[in-house]
Amino acid sequence: MIEAFKQFGLMLKKHQFLFEELVKRDFKKKYKRTILGMLWSLLSPMLQLLVMSVVFSNFFGRDRPHYTIYLFAGNLTYAFFKDSTYGGMNSLMANAGIITKINLPKYMFLLSKNVASLINFGLTLVIFLLFAAIDGVTFHVRFLMLLYPILWMIVFNIGFGFILSALFVLFKDVQYLYDIFTLMLMYLSAIFYYTADYPEHIQKLFYLNPLYVYITYIRNIVIDGFIPGWGTHILCAVYALGALGLGAWIYKKYNYKFLYYM
Amino acid sequence: MPKIELHDISVSYIVGDFSTVGLKDVIIQRIQGKYKPKEFVAVRHVDFSLEEGELLGIIGTNGAGKSTLLKVISGIMRPTEGTMAVRGNIASLLELGTGFDGDLTVRENTFLRGAMLGYTREFMNRTYQSIIEFAELQEFEDRLFSHLSSGMKSRLAFSIACLVKPDILILDEVLSVGDGAFRQKSEDKMLEIIKGGATTLLVSHSLDQIRRMATKVLWLEKGEQMAFGETAEICDRYQAFLNGK
Repeated sequence: MIEAFKQFGLMLKKHQFLFEELVKRDFKKKYKRTILGMLWSLLSPMLQLLVMSVVFSNFFGRDRPHYTIYLFAGNLTYAFFKDSTYGGMNSLMANAGIITKINLPKYMFLLSKNVASLINFGLTLVIFLLFAAIDGVTFHVRFLMLLYPILWMIVFNIGFGFILSALFVLFKDVQYLYDIFTLMLMYLSAIFYYTADYPEHIQKLFYLNPLYVYITYIRNIVIDGFIPGWGTHILCAVYALGALGLGAWIYKKYNYKFLYYM
Repeated sequence: MPKIELHDISVSYIVGDFSTVGLKDVIIQRIQGKYKPKEFVAVRHVDFSLEEGELLGIIGTNGAGKSTLLKVISGIMRPTEGTMAVRGNIASLLELGTGFDGDLTVRENTFLRGAMLGYTREFMNRTYQSIIEFAELQEFEDRLFSHLSSGMKSRLAFSIACLVKPDILILDEVLSVGDGAFRQKSEDKMLEIIKGGATTLLVSHSLDQIRRMATKVLWLEKGEQMAFGETAEICDRYQAFLNGK
């Protein structure tokens, strides 16, 4: 395990120049070199948040504090997951012209795409904290623990992107199936409703959804005012390492076979 | 020691309609037991070796496995069977002009491509000017790549790939880049690299060119190695084969 990380680090160092150039490219393409492009990528989650809070406040948020922040925490996590995994899914096929001509480690394309998503997520996170402050949430040292779920989310998204990108090379309908999957996932992640409204044994089932675990962690810290227990910490890590492990295994095994189908 | 050694190299892979029918259908076919993968052998038992400074011409009709073999040698593909050794750094010119990004400028694309070819940033900073000069694109440095003509695109691709001193040069139908003047310049540049002792692999449909340049010839047909050896003899046999078709 540690050996694998060491090797990975060496690879990154060797391809640092390429990695930087790829990140620059993805960043420029994403924002089209305009300040508006960057604003837009922040504006669209804001608009979504606005609509959701207008629509749902009367149903779910009536007698609960900080409902907008509750929504925002869910949206933030879900949007990061979606952005990062969609980018990851396309990363191999979008670079097919390069991958089939030049011998390069293919995961570089996925990682650079993830950096662009991460920057976007970081900006949204700042706005989230700003909203929380406006909404009267008091900041506390435990907010530093937000880094824990975020770190594992990054790992989880990368791993999930690995799996998707490999599937997408083989099966072109994966993108349509994934549309349906992400839609279902959104409804299952308790973004706008409260799981406390469900019977206890059903509440436990929500923990099978990694996104729900990450969202809950963030909500616990920002809204509920406590750091979740050991179980949640372990789940965060297990889901992330599981996704990354599976993704890395697929890449290692099929790395040179992708090419036949691009 | 030979620069390139291939022993009994075969490349095969599973072909199926899964990339067109999609995941849903493959799962249904699996359940119904109708899923039948077919194996396709692109290259079969290819065996040869090249010494330093040799120029190998690879001939064969379309779909003979020439490009697949070049991809194996340049390390993009792994052979399914056989062993191989390739000694030295490779400059590979496979289908020039692809893989660039139309939304980036010429300068940005040059650095990106340099990074992909494994050059360092220092090297790119040093050679950037001469790359642009060789490609004759001084006035276009900050233009979007998509605004270039196709001739300019291949000129840039050629210049980035060729301004290093490779030990092994892989050419796939690329001896005709750009207009007349640049074609002469690119041929000269390539001859300079070849004369400098690089081992070269050249795929071409022009038998004249092969006869003129190659020291050895490899003839592939439907993935099978038909012949490997003396240029004149094999070119004659290939010519007869083509006439007999």
